[in-house]
Amino acid sequence: MIYDEFSPSRTRRTLTAGGRTLRALGLDGPLTGVLALIVCIGILVVYSASGQNLKMVEHHLANIAIAVVAMLALARLATPQYLRLFAPVAYVIGILLLVVVDVTGHVGKGAQRWLDIGFLRFQPSEIMKLAVPMICAWYMHERPLPPTFTDLLVMGLLIALPTAMIAREPDLGTALLIASSGLIVLLLAGLQLRIILISIPLLGGAAWAAWHFIHDYQRQRILTFLNPENDPLGAGYHIIQSQIAIGSGGVFGKGYMMGSQAQLEFLPERSTDFIFAVIGEELGLLPCLVLLVLYGIVIGRALYLAMQGQDTFARLTGGAIALSFFVYVFVNSGMVSGILPVVGVPLPMISYGGTSMVTLLAGFGILMSLHSHRKLIGS
Amino acid sequence: MPRRVRIKDHWAEQRIFTIRGIVAGVIVAVLLLTVAGRLFYLQVIKHDYYAELSQGNRVHTDPIPPSRGLILDRHGVVLADNLPAFQLELVREQIGGMAELDAALARLVAIGLLDADELRGLKRTILSHHVYESVPLKLALDDEEMARFAVHRYEFTGVDIRTRLSRHYPFGAMAVHALGYVAAISEQDLTRIDSATYAGTTLIGKLGVEGAYENDLHGTPGYREVLVNAAGRPVERQGAYTPKLNTRQPIAGSDLILSLDMRVQRAAEDALSGKRGAAIAIDPHTGDVIALASTPGFDPNAFARGLTTKQYDALQNDIDKPLINRALRGAYPPGSTVKPFFALAALKYGVMTPEQTIFCPGHFSLPGSSHLFRDWKPKGHGTISMRHAIQQSCDVYFYTVANKLGIDRMHDFMATFGFGDLTGIDIPGEKPGLMPSTEWKRHAYKKAAEQVWFAGETISVGIGQGYMLATPMQLAHAVSGIASRGQIFKPRLVTAVRAPGSDTLTPRPVQQEPSLTAVAEDQWGVIVDGMELATGPGGTAAAATAGSPYKIAGKTGSAQVFSIGQNEKYNEKQLSERMLDHALFISFAPAEDPKLAVAVFVENGKHGGSTAAPIARKMFDAYLLPEKAGSPEKP
Repeated sequence: MIYDEFSPSRTRRTLTAGGRTLRALGLDGPLTGVLALIVCIGILVVYSASGQNLKMVEHHLANIAIAVVAMLALARLATPQYLRLFAPVAYVIGILLLVVVDVTGHVGKGAQRWLDIGFLRFQPSEIMKLAVPMICAWYMHERPLPPTFTDLLVMGLLIALPTAMIAREPDLGTALLIASSGLIVLLLAGLQLRIILISIPLLGGAAWAAWHFIHDYQRQRILTFLNPENDPLGAGYHIIQSQIAIGSGGVFGKGYMMGSQAQLEFLPERSTDFIFAVIGEELGLLPCLVLLVLYGIVIGRALYLAMQGQDTFARLTGGAIALSFFVYVFVNSGMVSGILPVVGVPLPMISYGGTSMVTLLAGFGILMSLHSHRKLIGS
Repeated sequence: MPRRVRIKDHWAEQRIFTIRGIVAGVIVAVLLLTVAGRLFYLQVIKHDYYAELSQGNRVHTDPIPPSRGLILDRHGVVLADNLPAFQLELVREQIGGMAELDAALARLVAIGLLDADELRGLKRTILSHHVYESVPLKLALDDEEMARFAVHRYEFTGVDIRTRLSRHYPFGAMAVHALGYVAAISEQDLTRIDSATYAGTTLIGKLGVEGAYENDLHGTPGYREVLVNAAGRPVERQGAYTPKLNTRQPIAGSDLILSLDMRVQRAAEDALSGKRGAAIAIDPHTGDVIALASTPGFDPNAFARGLTTKQYDALQNDIDKPLINRALRGAYPPGSTVKPFFALAALKYGVMTPEQTIFCPGHFSLPGSSHLFRDWKPKGHGTISMRHAIQQSCDVYFYTVANKLGIDRMHDFMATFGFGDLTGIDIPGEKPGLMPSTEWKRHAYKKAAEQVWFAGETISVGIGQGYMLATPMQLAHAVSGIASRGQIFKPRLVTAVRAPGSDTLTPRPVQQEPSLTAVAEDQWGVIVDGMELATGPGGTAAAATAGSPYKIAGKTGSAQVFSIGQNEKYNEKQLSERMLDHALFISFAPAEDPKLAVAVFVENGKHGGSTAAPIARKMFDAYLLPEKAGSPEKP
């Protein structure tokens, strides 16, 4: 294999030993660097947000270790050919696991999401976060772009099946995220503008219909989001406390490990979904903005790598991974700062616990593998 | 039309993706900037607002109740102080919802710490407080109850025992109708008081000095800022930060110095024990109330400890009405005690001279009327002058006086001694009694026929019967006006206030009312002579004053509980005890230089001379011969 970076004409700077190592591993330097920075910030914030609980930090580190191993393995070993073969397999396995969860799954917070296989507890919906965009990219790979009407129908079904199953668990938030990761592929594949324009009123109608099918607590979440002060001790509590935390932090913050909202537990889910509010309260406006910039760099770099993808599958998969990551960042920070409803989405690379870290780094592993394994001359 | 065959155009597809990717990148940038803008709005523009909300979240202000001012008698004897008590309290916030609250209360009933009948009222009180406030459930637990709660303590969250200062009355029931009492703040009280001033306080003054001087006694609460977590539990630090919290010490309430002399008070209550009645002693030169007794009384400590509904109902329904302050609220016919006042009126208006005599055949009738007004002495007093009419309490003499004065002049004169009006004593609950007049009757009745004043009605008022009603307090107030020869003072219980932590007393000014200048000095002399004779040989109160080293001037009285028909004979033995006449005695001593004026009233005590006068004698002895009364220090 010939790596373009190794060509002297394209390499403008001296390769360091670290850079050589990264390339040998199939990693992209800037992307890996910024991700590592965000993960490090996350470790510090989790220590504070957990109420200085070292056990939780240890668990968080273990999670990171698993995620890094997954990323390295995928970046080095998962060649585009393997990935393309694996995409439908992952999709089918994901669907089967969702069926299993539906039958035997663990009930957590009124929803069946978890699958317990002895040593590991995970949500099959996490697999779908990668499997859905990949199956769409896989489907479009051999077909000319932009997608035809038939293509759209097929992909629509491929997206709708897991979305509906996850929404039924019920986990509306994740269902919407997975649907959006699939829709991103359609958009990147060149979905015609007129179809986009026509589908807006259709989606509106669908939303209206969905309103009558969703669970009470989900409906309550949306209502509460629209007017949190209505129910300050009930469902509005999360939104109000989170905004108090961020707002009271001000420009300079209350100091690391000194936030009253976070440390005295007024802020719910302080080390998981609402950890962004801890940063806002304890560290202030500037670190929040820096974090947003870092996320922006990750997304931009990931999009740039995706654009360099050598075939449709690589480009669409990479683009979907990059933009899904953005969706997670936006949904979480929007929820915590009160411009989006409360949806159980962790802050990417920072929030404690769950399998999201593994899925995210696995995604970036795939993205980087697609980039590093591309051939100089098109096949 | 043949189907157009689409082939993959690698470069075109790459261009599509690149354009879409760039558009997506722009959207990403815009949305991330939106979040950044939102953060700017929250953290810069609305920072002050959210900082305040956050402060309110984490800092609770824990009130420190002030300690209530002491109440002392004129010699510094402590009548009310504060002792630590163990009280059962509940914090709603820590309990949870209504179901948990009900369960906790039911459990407290089950282990015998609360009474099932109280639950409803208790729950209302709990709900009228803020969720984070500690609400007392039971004010004073005894050792046995403390032990019982300790055993079951693990079953309760949000219910605990707290040590608080509770009110304590060393003399128990003594002087309770003057002191009043403190009791748990009721729902009604809450609507009236400033809840911030009473935060952390569980008891409030009711009636008496405790009620009237609540504002002086209560003090100013302090507070302690406490850092709390979301569960409402006090914590030391927020993460790595230990904030600086403010504390303000409470300011205790002011101490009150009363005019009461506990030696005289004790003498009055001992003498009244077992009777229903009232005794009041007043310093005629200041209006200071030296003793104010009303029996039966009740133990105010029980109220401070908290009464169950059952206990309260028992007091309320007691046939002897221990909760009624007879001294201030008992309006009775004053009987013959009014005679010295009407004698004075006769002199003032010139309808009689001191030496002028009338003949008393034992009955009196108005010209042209066959209705007989009987004298208490069926055989009559014969020829009698003013001094001896007072001495022997001749009814016919005063029927004649009343007939000559007419009701309106009687009313106007008596009003100057305070009859028919509140005396203005500085504790609440006083009743005005009734001094009738033609104008009063016009307003009191609706029907025209009933509004007419009849001459016969004047005759009854002449001996303190008929429409006339007076409270024992009014009688004491009026007789002290005779003792001081027309210098009338508003009665008062609190003579001075001592600010917390200070040794200096701030005296309350003596309040003098307009003096009776229309009565000449020698006219006072006639009345006082008559009252002195009444306590001497041949007088109505001779027995009670025998052997006293000082002279007592007094006037007995008895008031009919029900009226006797024209041809019936009054027979003591046939009447049930509660139908017997009320016994009264008004007096002052020493007669030539009065230092104390006393009014005694005994419900169904039959004769003023034999029942009421000996009580007054004991009070005079306690005041005028203190060496005999002994030390005042012991409760």
